[in-house]
Amino acid sequence: MRNLTFGLILTTIFAIGALVSFVWTPYDVTVLEIANKLKSPTADHWFGTDHFGRDIFSMIMVGARTSIAVAIVAVVIGMGLGVPLGLAAAARKGSLLDEVIMRGNDLIFAFPSLLIAILITAIFGPSAVNAIIAIGIFNIPVFARLTRGAALSLWTRDYVLAARVAGKGATRISVEHILPNVANLLIVQGTIQFSLGILAEAALSYVGLGAQPPTPSWGRMLADAQTLIALAPHVALFPGFAILLTVLGLNLAGDGLRDVLDPKLRVLR
Amino acid sequence: MTRWIFGTMAATALLTGAAIAKTDVTIGLQLEPPHLDPTSAAAGAIDQVLYANVFEGLMRFASDGSVINGLAEDWDISEDGKTYTFKLHSGVKFHDGTDLDSADVKFSLDRARAEDSVNAQKALFANIASVEAVDPLTVKVTLTAPQGNFLFNMAWGDAVIVAPESIDDIKVKPVGTGAFKFDDWKQGDSITLVKNADYWGDAAKLDKATFKFISEPTAAFGAMMAEDVDAFYSYPAPENLAQFEADPRFTVLAGNTEGETILAMNNKQAPFDNKLVREAVSHAIDRQAIIDGAMFGYGTPIGSHFAPHNPAYIDLTGNSEYDPEKAKALLAEAGMADGFKTTLKLPPPSYARRGGEIIAAQLRAVGIETEISNLEWAQWLEQAFRGKDFGLTIVSHTEPMDIGIYARPDYYFQYDNADLQKLMADFDVEAEGAKRTEMLQQAQTIISEDYVNAYLFQLALTTVVNAKLQGIWPDAPTQAIDLTAVSWAE
Repeated sequence: MRNLTFGLILTTIFAIGALVSFVWTPYDVTVLEIANKLKSPTADHWFGTDHFGRDIFSMIMVGARTSIAVAIVAVVIGMGLGVPLGLAAAARKGSLLDEVIMRGNDLIFAFPSLLIAILITAIFGPSAVNAIIAIGIFNIPVFARLTRGAALSLWTRDYVLAARVAGKGATRISVEHILPNVANLLIVQGTIQFSLGILAEAALSYVGLGAQPPTPSWGRMLADAQTLIALAPHVALFPGFAILLTVLGLNLAGDGLRDVLDPKLRVLR
Repeated sequence: MTRWIFGTMAATALLTGAAIAKTDVTIGLQLEPPHLDPTSAAAGAIDQVLYANVFEGLMRFASDGSVINGLAEDWDISEDGKTYTFKLHSGVKFHDGTDLDSADVKFSLDRARAEDSVNAQKALFANIASVEAVDPLTVKVTLTAPQGNFLFNMAWGDAVIVAPESIDDIKVKPVGTGAFKFDDWKQGDSITLVKNADYWGDAAKLDKATFKFISEPTAAFGAMMAEDVDAFYSYPAPENLAQFEADPRFTVLAGNTEGETILAMNNKQAPFDNKLVREAVSHAIDRQAIIDGAMFGYGTPIGSHFAPHNPAYIDLTGNSEYDPEKAKALLAEAGMADGFKTTLKLPPPSYARRGGEIIAAQLRAVGIETEISNLEWAQWLEQAFRGKDFGLTIVSHTEPMDIGIYARPDYYFQYDNADLQKLMADFDVEAEGAKRTEMLQQAQTIISEDYVNAYLFQLALTTVVNAKLQGIWPDAPTQAIDLTAVSWAE
């Protein structure tokens, strides 16, 4: 419970920062003030300024927007495609359809995800949209496998048998009886994929394949700050902490949610 | 045997300690040469390692960019300016022990200008009608027309003299006439040169020189600070220079390069085919902010495509002063009061990546929205340079005296002006110094007033060296790291 609270608080802080940045940031992140560059944190600039004199606090707020948007959409893609595939595979266990879906998933799983993400952005050009697609594709097998595994054991339950006797089709059973019972697992996994998505976005931006300038992005802020570490460490520290705390928050929230939602763990208590 | 000698040397060095002056040097470089033949590739890294050290030409560049005699002891120009007679130094030997004679010169020049030659600067030799070996030490070169800068052309790294005996292996085992011999190339790591004991001129002061390739700016900083390298040529992260300057162990050499850094505009693509728009872009840009923001203060503002250290330079920065209001007015006059959208394609160097972000912000201030794409060099060459698919791009033109590119309508920024083309054609055959200067100044003025590109700054060459190391060229009159006169202070 403590994990959950702490995780949710951290996540909420960044989510609020991202939302507020739509209407207000302390400074405009598209305006460069070269004369004001690399200032240490002060009362005016809470997190100092970067090598172009932009306010780092404002950039982290706007960067949160980029990170969260990319990660959310990637999770939605993964769930939207992965869950139906998993349900279908479980409903037709052992059939050709099951084989095709699961071996297809194995195929995607077999590739190192970041490498493929780099390949996708290298072919279609670096942009936030391509980063989303690249990260999203790798969420599909995660959700498909999870859904299939959980659904398979549910298909042997008596209430599913009852539903079949009552004449319900496989699709209806999947949606009405299986899906609600795997939702808990999906929420927990969703939180974890969300944090992985933020990390992946930062990694892609760091190598220059994520959101393109002038859109601020945590990963690119880190890359820009790399050679400045000796000169102005705060330029690298703050985006680094932003990534660390968001991912930590999401992981804690995921852990906490599992404690609350997972029936197996509930029984143990 | 060798091991025993090294062992003894090491022991002696240990015993006597600091009393023995260092006789080797390690130079850090960002880019590794693709191969080691300066006469068949444009890659500057090849010349940086080999020019003047391993290979020499008839003429050569001195540290101030002037052209002096290289392998040619003397030369003579005929009355009509069409025949050059070079007298070679006697007793010059290639590193494989063969003698240098006029046949080698004829071979080198004929090879460079041949139909199937892959020389990156074939234009240097385009005017040669014939090369004749008169006697073993005399070469006569006949030109199709008088050419004012023929000796200058012969000083380029692409015009070095190679031997037919060793040409087959030149890409991995270069054999030249220089004060250093090629020793070893560990691909991806370093190239080692050793002193040539039989050098015909003043012998090198160092026994060994290693070029170490470090592409990451952070790694370059670490290698320099740990003194793993004795000098880092063209240090890639200007933000660290203040730190080196403050450290008594190091000296920062800030020199000139031939690199005119420009915001190139696609002169055949709308809206940049309109001079008013180009003028507006030029006025929208604050050069000083770019120099301070992207280069941490290193760089000289330019107003045309010409190096400020050249005697024929005229300061034309006044033509395109920073004036956003004027830029907006010009855009309105061009019928684009609401601005427009264009692409800004950026190659990897920090002048382009950082400069690009600053320029994007400055252009946004006058209503021009740019879509930035960061490209690797190969992509940039394909899309922007060859494909001409760009609105704006930033690049530094590091070739010396390259204003002639404006007379090439198919060059990537696609500037087509018959007056300038005629001027440059006349310039090529003009031999008289004062006239040449005047023509160069005319050319600078034409392109500046036509706002062909937005001229940003002359790239500074910042080399970090160990404070005890002497003789490193501060400037880069050509792509070269001449180590023949480099030595350690006692």
